[in-house]
Amino acid sequence: MKMFKITSEPINNQDVIDSVAHHNAGAISVFIGTVREMTGQKQTKFLHYEAYVPMAEKQLERIGTEIQEKWPSAITAITHRIGTLQISDIAVTIAVSTPHRHDAFEASRYAIERIKEIVPIWKKEHYTDGEEWIGNQKGTTTYPAGHPEGVVK
Amino acid sequence: MINILLFADLAQQAKTERISIEVHSPLNVEEVRTLLQNEVGKLSGIENALLAVNEEYVELTDQVNDGDTVAFIPPVSGG
Repeated sequence: MKMFKITSEPINNQDVIDSVAHHNAGAISVFIGTVREMTGQKQTKFLHYEAYVPMAEKQLERIGTEIQEKWPSAITAITHRIGTLQISDIAVTIAVSTPHRHDAFEASRYAIERIKEIVPIWKKEHYTDGEEWIGNQKGTTTYPAGHPEGVVK
Repeated sequence: MINILLFADLAQQAKTERISIEVHSPLNVEEVRTLLQNEVGKLSGIENALLAVNEEYVELTDQVNDGDTVAFIPPVSGG
């Protein structure tokens, strides 16, 4: 299967895990991002994710490359789902295999933080009392240069 | 012809995800942003968008050529 994938189908965690299995791996760290119901006082009914698919897959691949530069023996696979997701559905699954556990934990943490910075995917919250695109409403994230850190060659 | 892609809140405001504009000489991303808003109206928050040409992040001053695809990417919220 593709190591870096945007899909509109439900994610099968085992497929993502299997794709990083390696005979020199001593650890596979898996991060699963799921749809949360309560954010403060706001109650989510369901979510809608949209992506710029070809570019999002390229940026996921870039994260894999960055991980390999930082942890040379690491193998990374990431699948992110788009479309309409219900509470507790899996939005993203990240698997990283490394020879030793410490690197696997660090690299999977790195991957999810980086997804939130550079991968063109957007989440629309459908709350019980309205809807909102997340990420662009409050102006808390700005990119004066037009891009996040470390993505322009 | 330059193809412009909009997403999420920007697409919602513009009421379209895709628009093409005719250009007669090379221009930069900032000029594309101005031409876009001449077509679809002022897009609130577009100054906070990330910028991509042909699926690679670029800067506001980078050049755009005939046939390129320019994407205005609102702050992302995946994961």
